[in-house]
Amino acid sequence: MMHQKSVLRVVSKLLIPPILLFALYVQFHGDFGPGGGFQAGVIFAAAFILYGLIFGIATARRVIPAVATRTMLAFGLLLYAGTGVWSLLLGGEFLDYSILASTPKAGQHLGILLVEFGVGMTVAGAMTTIFYTFAAQTLGGDEPPEEEV
Amino acid sequence: MAATAVSMLWLRDLFAVVMLSGIYSLFAAVLYVVMDAVDVAFTEAAVGAGISTVLMLGTLALTKSKEKAHKKVAYGPLVLVLVTGAILIYGTLDMPRYGDVNAPVHSHVAPRYIEKSGDEVGPPNIVTSVLASYRGYDTLGETAVVFTAAIGVLAIIGRRRKNKKDEPPTAKAKGESAS
Amino acid sequence: MFEIHAGLFNYWVAIALMMVGFYIVIAQGNLVKKIVGINIFQVAVFVFYISMGKVDGGSAPILDESIKVYSNPLPHVLILTAIVVGVATTALALALVVRINRSYGTIEEREIITINHKADHDEDTRS
Repeated sequence: MMHQKSVLRVVSKLLIPPILLFALYVQFHGDFGPGGGFQAGVIFAAAFILYGLIFGIATARRVIPAVATRTMLAFGLLLYAGTGVWSLLLGGEFLDYSILASTPKAGQHLGILLVEFGVGMTVAGAMTTIFYTFAAQTLGGDEPPEEEV
Repeated sequence: MAATAVSMLWLRDLFAVVMLSGIYSLFAAVLYVVMDAVDVAFTEAAVGAGISTVLMLGTLALTKSKEKAHKKVAYGPLVLVLVTGAILIYGTLDMPRYGDVNAPVHSHVAPRYIEKSGDEVGPPNIVTSVLASYRGYDTLGETAVVFTAAIGVLAIIGRRRKNKKDEPPTAKAKGESAS
Repeated sequence: MFEIHAGLFNYWVAIALMMVGFYIVIAQGNLVKKIVGINIFQVAVFVFYISMGKVDGGSAPILDESIKVYSNPLPHVLILTAIVVGVATTALALALVVRINRSYGTIEEREIITINHKADHDEDTRS
């Protein structure tokens, strides 16, 4: 797909690593500046979508298979709810992070980090999954049958 | 911004409409920055102008990129819309003015978030601490909605092969009536 | 008159955008355009919320020693999540459009209704 568009290929190759890095920065720096799980997930997904648009869906699926995105989708939500259950098991209330570490502040920090990471994974997984699903429709015949997992 | 919205109304080329909706989102993001909502602007720019434009273009590739000709102005809906708008504007006359410090919005939990979140939760970004800590249940629910939406997309159009065999009844009926 | 109500201008902008979106949703027959209309409506609601959170002289709600007045962070949180949920539901709606297009071969509301009527009619005559 688009083998002749060398400018696009080179530029996107240059751009994708900074985009992924920026997504991680937004994810983990969200406590201090604007940012957080939702934005990071979207930016992360945008990097893969750009890759898929330029190099073709088949290549993108080899880089990050559909199974992986679906796992991310489910695992993120599990991580979020799991953080809540963890605080529950430690004797606190559901999603009350103060109990997670020795001091309430450290606990809050850890809890927020985990929860934001869960949100980021779910959003990235959801957006990539949706994009793959739409793109598989466009390609039609020459796509291997959806893996029935 | 209003101009992009109105031109989306008139354009029949859906491709241009989708592009304009991306531009509309960017304008909205600029507006959010002006109104101090940096986090929201960030999200709107990434989501509205990025992801949803790509998804809509994907849909257009699968369907048709031209809208069929339609009546220029539909008077019934127009009257309905104008009446609704007039009622809403009448409703705003009692609303607190823009930027009013004493507006009811700022008097309930918001001051507490601003004053205490630094000590109680920690992160300097209040939006993050409200999002993840004070309103953790909310965010959990919203993450679940995103999850469910992705599952829904997979369920509706994820499995192409199987649908080939059992065409829906309407399409079959249409084929029969044509023959 | 405008002087008195200058502080309400933000609501009026939101309402105007909202009504444009509303008109597209109810008056246009194309399903993709309807979804764009819903998006316009949605963004109008977001603008409405964010404009309510603004405080005169306030700054973005990121704590710093030198800042005394912050804008209200609560609407920001609500809208932040609403945007992402909005795009997820938009994707769901678009998936439905794709599916409708596959079944009916069209995304025009009127043609879909015609096809449905025809199918009903055929069933009636057969039975």
